[in-house]
Amino acid sequence: MSWCIWQWPSGLLCALAVPTLHETIQLDEAGLVQALQRGDEAVFSSVMDWYSGSLLRLAMAYVPSRAVAEEVVQETWMGVLEGIGRFEGRSSFKTWLFRILTNRAKTRGTRERRYEPLGLAGLNSEGEEGPSLEDTLFVTEGSGKGHWIDPPQGWDPDTPERALLSKECRMAIEAAIHGLPDKQRQVITLRDVEGMSSEEICNILDISETNQRVLLHRARTKVRRVLDPYVRGDNI
Amino acid sequence: MDNNFKQQLMGYMAGNFTCKEMAELVTDYLEGSLTLTQRIRFQMHMGLCLACRNYLSQMKYTVATLRQLPSDPIPPKIKEELLRRFQTWKKGKSS
Repeated sequence: MSWCIWQWPSGLLCALAVPTLHETIQLDEAGLVQALQRGDEAVFSSVMDWYSGSLLRLAMAYVPSRAVAEEVVQETWMGVLEGIGRFEGRSSFKTWLFRILTNRAKTRGTRERRYEPLGLAGLNSEGEEGPSLEDTLFVTEGSGKGHWIDPPQGWDPDTPERALLSKECRMAIEAAIHGLPDKQRQVITLRDVEGMSSEEICNILDISETNQRVLLHRARTKVRRVLDPYVRGDNI
Repeated sequence: MDNNFKQQLMGYMAGNFTCKEMAELVTDYLEGSLTLTQRIRFQMHMGLCLACRNYLSQMKYTVATLRQLPSDPIPPKIKEELLRRFQTWKKGKSS
């Protein structure tokens, strides 16, 4: 919500809360779905503008190239047109939209041999067992057992934003995300990059909340490690 | 603060949680999924341990940084193609 504030000539101060585009979409989802069902092209165009970047990013978490990801996004919007008439609002429009994408991306990813369905072997390869940080980072014996050997240093609070201005750092983060195991990449993309709620993510990816948190923690730990030298200034 | 005294105090107050255990709980803490007791012990440890406070801050900033990654729009030619398909779909729907 953004605020519009003005002062009358009498000196009275007035404030009006104005919803952002994202909030408008969330607040008036029923209206949005009805407009799409009616065939309102302007609404379709706005919704595409609003969601396509996020869809493209998530598609990249399943398929090996941007070109294929763009095709998946295209197929997703075609899926929206095919299915919007039957959309009953049992989930939010956004969850429904992202589920269409993940289903299509999984099919394409399997075909392109990027995405492996998550079975028991998959769970192990995602490295969900054991700690996210190596034992070698901590004291293993004596009274200080379990404490940091090389304690983490403070980061300058302004640095992450500044670090992102560096193309090198941005590319390193993108590469780190790209190099994560499938499920970790999908979870961190939806939760941290896109800012979705864990409930939405569990619905989209069909995983439990606990599983989602474990994957997220592992993914964040790896990205933090990549970010560290840039924030400390070693690589800027 | 003397290191031995700090470790004893942390052991007493934070139920012997080590930094290693704290590091594994950071996401659960940030996601609000710790139990009340775990949360209190986590915060006690954080209050006494600068290294873990730094680690927690680093994880918070990692999340904040990820949130600011710019997204690429889809190419205009794909959007144009989709709008053409939309028009065809609309015609087919009304006929």
